[in-house]
Amino acid sequence: MNRVQTEDFDVSAEIKNLVKQRSDIGAVVTFSGLVRDVTLTLEHYAGMTERELTKIEAEANARWDLQAVTIIHRVGTLAPADNIVLVITAAAHRKDAFEAAEFLMDYLKTRAPLWKREGDTWVEAKSSDDDAAERWK
Amino acid sequence: MKVLYFASLRQKIGKQEENVTPPDNVRDVAGLIDWLTTRGPEYAAAFENKKVVRAAIDQEHAKLDAALGRPHEVAFFPPVTGG
Repeated sequence: MNRVQTEDFDVSAEIKNLVKQRSDIGAVVTFSGLVRDVTLTLEHYAGMTERELTKIEAEANARWDLQAVTIIHRVGTLAPADNIVLVITAAAHRKDAFEAAEFLMDYLKTRAPLWKREGDTWVEAKSSDDDAAERWK
Repeated sequence: MKVLYFASLRQKIGKQEENVTPPDNVRDVAGLIDWLTTRGPEYAAAFENKKVVRAAIDQEHAKLDAALGRPHEVAFFPPVTGG
């Protein structure tokens, strides 16, 4: 499941939602990305973002044994300490959940069409993010 | 076809989207960029450094040498910075 939204998300509510009425999940890994230090405005390509997140999620499901995945990305103007992104992976065993969560974030950062602006300045892409995504090839 | 611009490219070109009819000899993404560049200095500025221009054809990432075909929409944007 993935969503792009302006509203905040509640991490514990999202975990509860993912695991409810299931008894096949032994491991849940959660990654939340927060705004550090500055006020950010996020723009995205509506439609393509959701498609890319769906593709990234399908790729994770093909590589690891996962029971469920949640990806939520916020857009709009966000203040320091605000949530930006949430990735939750649920699996029978922790290794699948840990690795898939890291993969999802690395792929999201290099493929999902979102852009951050700090004041009037667009944030530049980092080559370290490309390197991080490259190692999953 | 509809052409969309995002982030710094949207700002430089001064519009979010437009409908264009490129000539028949525009066959790939790079060709479309070259043709758009002839439309004004704002386009030339936006596409000055092709290395930092990314494209999508009908909402799928596309390389500069990707064939255009007959797309519904083509988007141009800088490298992504979400997450």
